[in-house]
Amino acid sequence: MSAGAAVLLAAGVAHVASLAVEVPYWGQSLLRVLGGAVAVLLPAGTIVYVFLFKMMSFMQSRLGPMDAGPYGSLQLVAEVGKWLQKEDIVPERADARIFKIAPVVVLVSTFLLVAVVPFGPDAWFTDFEGGVFYALAVSSISVLGILIAGWSSANKYSLLGGLRAAGQLIAYELPMVLAVVGVVIQAGTMNLQDIVVAQNAGSIFGFAGLGNPYVLTQFVGFVVFMIAVQAELTQAPFDMPIAESELVSGYMTEYSGFRFLIFFIGEFATAGVFAMIASVLFLGGWGVPFAWFGWTGLDDVSGWMNLAGPVIVLTKMMLVTFLIMWVRFSYPRFREDQLQKFAWKVLIPVSLANIAVTSVLKVAV
Amino acid sequence: MTLLGDRERLSYIAAQAADSRLNVELETEGMTLNIGPQHPATHGTLRIIARLDGEQVVWAEPSCGYMHRGYEKLAEVRTYPQVTTLVNRIDWLGSFANEVPFILAAEKLMGVEAPPRAQYIRTILFELSRIANVSLFLGDLGVQLGAITPVFLAFRDREYVLNLIEAATGGRFHPNFDRIGGLKDDLPAGWVDETRSVTKKLRRFCDEIEDLLFGNEIFQSRTRGIGVIPRDVALQYGLSGANLRASGVDWDLRRDHDLPMAWKHAQWKVWTHPDGDSFARCWVRLQEVREATRIVDQLLDAIPAGPVMAKVPKIIKVPEGEAWVSTENPLGEMGYYVVSRGDLGPFRVKIRSASFNNISIVPWLLRGVYVPDIVTILASLYFILGDIDR
Amino acid sequence: MARVPGLVKGLGVTLGTLLRTATRGANTVQYPHEKESPPIRSRGVIALHEGNCTSCMLCARSCPDWCIYIEGHKELAPPRREGGKPRQVNKLDRFDIDYALCMYCGICVEVCPFDALFWSPEYEYSEPRIADLLHDKAKLGEWMETVPEAPALEAGAQGKKK
Repeated sequence: MSAGAAVLLAAGVAHVASLAVEVPYWGQSLLRVLGGAVAVLLPAGTIVYVFLFKMMSFMQSRLGPMDAGPYGSLQLVAEVGKWLQKEDIVPERADARIFKIAPVVVLVSTFLLVAVVPFGPDAWFTDFEGGVFYALAVSSISVLGILIAGWSSANKYSLLGGLRAAGQLIAYELPMVLAVVGVVIQAGTMNLQDIVVAQNAGSIFGFAGLGNPYVLTQFVGFVVFMIAVQAELTQAPFDMPIAESELVSGYMTEYSGFRFLIFFIGEFATAGVFAMIASVLFLGGWGVPFAWFGWTGLDDVSGWMNLAGPVIVLTKMMLVTFLIMWVRFSYPRFREDQLQKFAWKVLIPVSLANIAVTSVLKVAV
Repeated sequence: MTLLGDRERLSYIAAQAADSRLNVELETEGMTLNIGPQHPATHGTLRIIARLDGEQVVWAEPSCGYMHRGYEKLAEVRTYPQVTTLVNRIDWLGSFANEVPFILAAEKLMGVEAPPRAQYIRTILFELSRIANVSLFLGDLGVQLGAITPVFLAFRDREYVLNLIEAATGGRFHPNFDRIGGLKDDLPAGWVDETRSVTKKLRRFCDEIEDLLFGNEIFQSRTRGIGVIPRDVALQYGLSGANLRASGVDWDLRRDHDLPMAWKHAQWKVWTHPDGDSFARCWVRLQEVREATRIVDQLLDAIPAGPVMAKVPKIIKVPEGEAWVSTENPLGEMGYYVVSRGDLGPFRVKIRSASFNNISIVPWLLRGVYVPDIVTILASLYFILGDIDR
Repeated sequence: MARVPGLVKGLGVTLGTLLRTATRGANTVQYPHEKESPPIRSRGVIALHEGNCTSCMLCARSCPDWCIYIEGHKELAPPRREGGKPRQVNKLDRFDIDYALCMYCGICVEVCPFDALFWSPEYEYSEPRIADLLHDKAKLGEWMETVPEAPALEAGAQGKKK
């Protein structure tokens, strides 16, 4: 788990070390920025290798890349190198400035999102009281990036893709937010660290052996959240904006070289970060049920959890990403209007009902 | 880079002008979209000019000819074995099926009939080509609709069929095995048992595709009720093959034409579907693959012993005359009209290919349809560019 | 979204394939580290048995692409027995097959009356330059070593009348 090691090095140690060693504030900020970069890019790379190269291939009765490095482990390095050495083409009639900004906007929202994910009791980048609110708000920035990518490409196909994306992503923001509201009600706080603690320190009907992972008690919310995440990531069955067999690449059609690489990495980085958020909200984040070690609150948690935390977060992230990718490789895509119908007529009422039931049970039980 | 002729340029300008007149109430502008000739959704270099209003198609027209290779002209200066070689490449996915009607037409002119063993083996190879062709269709259907996995399963299981064809004929894609009077060679030892195991694998593949794709609710909501072709419209436009049977017309040339092939020696069913929508077309083809495996199994059990080539002279000069033979190819009805003047080669060959007539319905069918449904409809109509353009 | 089982069955198919590939291996062959051998009749390359060729030109004439180039001359060979006439034999000067044009149809092999051309399943002869795809007499003779025996025929087949 080299990814976990690197993350802990940057994130966990940064904050923990600041307690042990006197690191000036600018140093801490620098370490946080580096840690954030690592926390986004390394999971992205791992996801691309394990799921896109290997799992997809195995599901298709083939082995995937095997030549670059042992079992194709260096294929991503080869791909990065390939994309970097390609010509940087900006279409003649494209709006050049916006065309160049668009991929960066998409990726920036991912980096901003990971800032609020806790990796351990003391290993976090920021500890917002309104962490959930911030996360949901910031994740919508990528919609802008996709829209302007589609528009500025001066290509009818990209425009279609961008417009489809705008409609889809805005429509699926709502179920995502509503599903998370159920979690917030149950945890009683919007702070992600406290949500993790609430899950691990809690108990289901008195049985504390599993903690209180919201995947069990908020199962409906979990399903709605996962579907909404699948749509937010424009993965099949919600990949109308990309729709390879019709729009070639949708809003990404005109991008080549480094800019396309940013979109590509951004797609998987966002998948990883959303999976991390899902694991924090529903699977218990960096923790294991506190009952296993007899802890009762955040202060009881031992220091070594700062080293194990990132590893646990990454494991749970891989589990959630497995679900996302499994569905992606198995299903055909929805048509735009079916997509919208599904969001507005099915997911939103279900998540509203979920909120109602959760609030009643929270007060009553 | 082709130069636009004057006519094309004028029609483009007219289209753009017409665009601005669309939907006057909302003052929206229409958009003229070129789907193809380079496009992942068209099975080759087909260009469809579509005028869109938002996501709906207002007018569509296929513009084919990017793959025209001049088969009929080439056939005028080639001998019969050479034309057989060329003709393999019309419908390249089920290529043995292209040779058969041509050879049957030549045999009709010569008054020669292939021996029974040759007829059985021809039919078996014909049905294997159908399986190879349509199983790729099933995989490709998934890709057009966004499911990327079925196509790999299709290629995986199609390999077995191609290996069989290669073991018997020497070529996977272009067998070039049919000769006037019979076949080039007999089957190698062990081929019959191998084919039996392959048909079992293919039936398993059909079940897998049914679970993975056809049973999928998303697939069904994408294909049911999309691109409905009523029965009489299908007949008027000259559709053939599974497209026709999916509109409820009970039409199968294997059963209806009396040809010297072995279909009459097997018990099999013609699959039709009353709906006429995209799902029906895909479903009928799935059943046809299953049925083809059953035909192959029955014929394998009953191959008569004997020669595989009739008594024909070494250098064949087909006597004067004209003959038309058409068969139920994987894509539809394929026919050859062979005119002979007593030479080593045909004087003129007219090729009636199924896909050319099948896409004639595209302008009628695509009107009022959403852009994603264009792909679904084209995928379900199933044409191969080599077959359209020849 | 009435019946969900269809969606779940689909997931089952992909998971099943994943597990099957992980345990029993993939259906693909890792070329060039492992190579599958093609069937015996596979049309890979044409080999020339020079001794049998009489430059009758039947193959060159019957090729749909006209990719066979033959040049020969007549020579007088010594008589077979004492006191006989010297025989006229055809000597092959040039026999080239241009594999950039060849359609691998096999008409030339079939049509040759003297069994001078044979099919071989060899397929790894790609070249960086198209001009190198013109195989001359010597190279075609080398391919003879790779020509396999004709396979045994299925039950019920009659042998060839040749």
